[in-house]
Formats: sequence, structure tokens, C-alpha cells
Amino acid sequence: MRSWLAQYEMRSASDLGEALDLLSRWPGEWTPFAGGTDLMVLLEAGKLPRRRFVDLWRINELRGIAASADSVRIGALATYTDLLTDPIIAAEFPLVAAAARETGAVAIQNRGTVGGNIANASPAADLPPALLVYGAALELASSRGRRHVAYESFHFGYKRMDLAADELIVGVTLPRERRAQGERGAGWQHRETYRKVGTRRAQAISKICFAASVDLDGGVVRDIRIALGSVAPTVVRARSAEESVRNQPIGSQTIAAARLALRADISPIDDIRSTADYRLRVAGNLLEELLS
Amino acid sequence: MPDAMEVSFVVNAGAVQVTTHPMARLLDVLRTTLHLTGTKEGCGEGECGACGVLLDGRLVNSCLVPIGQVNGSSVTTIEGVASGEQLHAVQQAFIDCGGAQCGICTPGMVLAAAALLDLNPSPSLDQIRIGLAGNLCRCTGYMRIFEAVVTAMRIKPAS
Repeated sequence: MRSWLAQYEMRSASDLGEALDLLSRWPGEWTPFAGGTDLMVLLEAGKLPRRRFVDLWRINELRGIAASADSVRIGALATYTDLLTDPIIAAEFPLVAAAARETGAVAIQNRGTVGGNIANASPAADLPPALLVYGAALELASSRGRRHVAYESFHFGYKRMDLAADELIVGVTLPRERRAQGERGAGWQHRETYRKVGTRRAQAISKICFAASVDLDGGVVRDIRIALGSVAPTVVRARSAEESVRNQPIGSQTIAAARLALRADISPIDDIRSTADYRLRVAGNLLEELLS
Repeated sequence: MPDAMEVSFVVNAGAVQVTTHPMARLLDVLRTTLHLTGTKEGCGEGECGACGVLLDGRLVNSCLVPIGQVNGSSVTTIEGVASGEQLHAVQQAFIDCGGAQCGICTPGMVLAAAALLDLNPSPSLDQIRIGLAGNLCRCTGYMRIFEAVVTAMRIKPAS
């Protein structure tokens, strides 16, 4: 049932200082509002629990994607379309580009934002696994100052995160130093894979989302990073699976060990989109595909 | 309304001003306040694309846009796609190819196609499918719609 609008309040912040001021003066009272692709759905369904929103859409300093020598900084209000049209993201962070392409469809990509996707904290979000693989850091701001946190330690439970009531996600930083690792010996091979498994190719919410990068040296796994969505209360980095194959030659034994280790990394459940069994099996299959 | 605000924006090249709650959906302002009922409501949750309009030239689902964020912007609805009596190439192609049946998805589909051709005047079939992937049609099976976009692309480059 539709919400009664009069019980809601929205104030448009013209700059970051104004937004942070609202968040700090009444901690927990105001909820940041970006592209609305999640919150407006809840509003229409009569399920929007928060009442007061600070609209960030006009805050230009939260937009844009900027590269420096050692990192790329994505503003929290960057949309999926912004990610898809950025040449450095396309060239150096293909998993991010792939995730943006797989999220919703054009109309959602034009409105959904990176910061909103992270703060919404859905375990089924498509972008976070790509951010985990690239070792992203989040930049958080409040009227007390700024701090950076590793994205991997940001989510610590279903919809629970390392974000104080007066803090706002203002940017995401992706380190570029890994990108230079491409120049290695003749036997060196670098692979990156992004796979979203949903009920249809577009506009679906994931049953499983899988992002990974692996460096092989003469068929031996060196650097490997694997992250998954929709298989745990948060998006997860598959550390056990990574550890089980590091410095091992790829082959059926390694794959079997990795599939087993992966069970320690994920805890899929049955829900409206899929089942625990399906998710576990397909997660293993995607891992096997990566290492084959 | 305790939290009403004045919102000024442009719809189909005409300036409008409405006084409404900032979280009212652009879709409702278009249909109910401005009587532009060409924009349809399908799912109300951003899945179907029937409410598609162009916001500052970009395709959006108007059911997911709070009107407060439209202040100062420019909106194109299906009513503003034609130039007077002259239909947009996409509209003409939908007619010629039988790309519309019940018609509920058609306004959003036409705007999605027009937005696609604006960005990419000669998309491949795959790019057309991607460009229209957020617009659901339960009647046509899509083939005539894709055919219409290909036809529109051949009639003339998108304006």
C-alpha cells in the first residue's frame, strides 16, 4: 500500500557541509537520499521506515570519477552510467564496468549511485563484489572529519556497517598499483571474471554474483581475489578458497580443494530468489570455471 | 501539506511550476497534476519501464524520481516526442512495424528507443536489446519492437 507522503520530510542539501550538519545535529534522524532507486520502491510499497531524508542529489562535490597516479576516486553520487562511460574504469577495472552493466537496466543505471548501493547494504548488490576484488577503500565524512575504511571490513552483518549515524559515504577509492602487475614473465596470465546469475539477463536481482581476479604463473596460482554476493548476510571475500589455491597448480585437485574451502566462506540461504543448495553448487561451479 | 515545496521545471519545452511534497513521484505529478497521462504506471518499482521519461535527456523511471530532484530540470514525456504533427522516427516505426499492441509499455519503450538512438545512432541488435532491457512488454514478444527500432534507425538518425 502506498505511503502517506505527509508523514515524510525531505530537505535538499545544497552542499556537503549542509548535509553533514543535518546528520550531526540530529544523529540517526536524517537518512541520506541519493538516486532513489531503492528508497522510492519502499516508499511506494508503504515500507519506508525512516521519515526524514536529506537529499544529496545537488551536491556536486560528491559527483565525478577522478584518477591520480596511484588510485581512482569514485564520488559517492557517481551513477552506474558514469562508471560505464569512464575510460579508466573500462580499461583498468573491468569488473566494476561489468557490474555496472549488469545492474538493472539503462533507466536504473542513470539514477542508481555507488554510495547508495553501498549504504543500502543489500547482500545481493552487484557492484560490491567487484569493489572487494579491487581492494576498495571507502571515504567517510562527518562534521567531525574524514576517515578511510577498507571496504572489506565495512559490512559486518546483515545491513550493519561501520558507518556512524552522523557519517556519510562520500567516495570510493580503488588502488591502481595492482594494474601494473600485468607486465610479468612469459608464463604470466591475468584473468578477471564477473558473473551475475539471475532469473533473466537484465533487470534481475542476483541469485549469485561472483567477481574474481587471478594471476597465474606457469599455471600456478599467485595472486587471487574472489568475492561473492547473495551467498551470505553481506557481500563476502572468499578468503578460505583463495588461500586453498594460492601457490597451487590449477587442476582438478586444486579445484576440488577450492570448492570445499569455499563452503567456509559463504552461508547461502533459501529465499524468494533461490535456494541454499543451488547457490552453493553454482558458486562452486563459478570458482571451477575461473580456475579451469 | 506540511512539507510542500514549489518545484519549477520544464516539461516538453514548456515551463511548469507545481506545489507539492518533494517526495511525490515525478510520475504522479505528470499524470495527476499536469494531466500528461501518456506516461503509464506499470509496476511502480522500477522493474517494467512503462513510466519511462527523459530527465535532462536521460532515460529514467519516473516512478522512482522524487519531484524535489526535478527542480530546475527538463523532462520529456511521450507527449513531447513528436514535433507538432510530425511523429518522431521511432513513433512512426512502431506504427509501421506493429511494435505496439495493448500500448501500456509503448510510451516508455518509445522513449527508451529514442534515448538509445540519441546516444548511439546505429546500434547493433544486441545494443538495442540492452537499451530496451528495462522495458517489459507482455504482448509483442519484442521482435516487432526491435524491428521498429532498426527501422527508425534507417529512416533517419535520431533527432
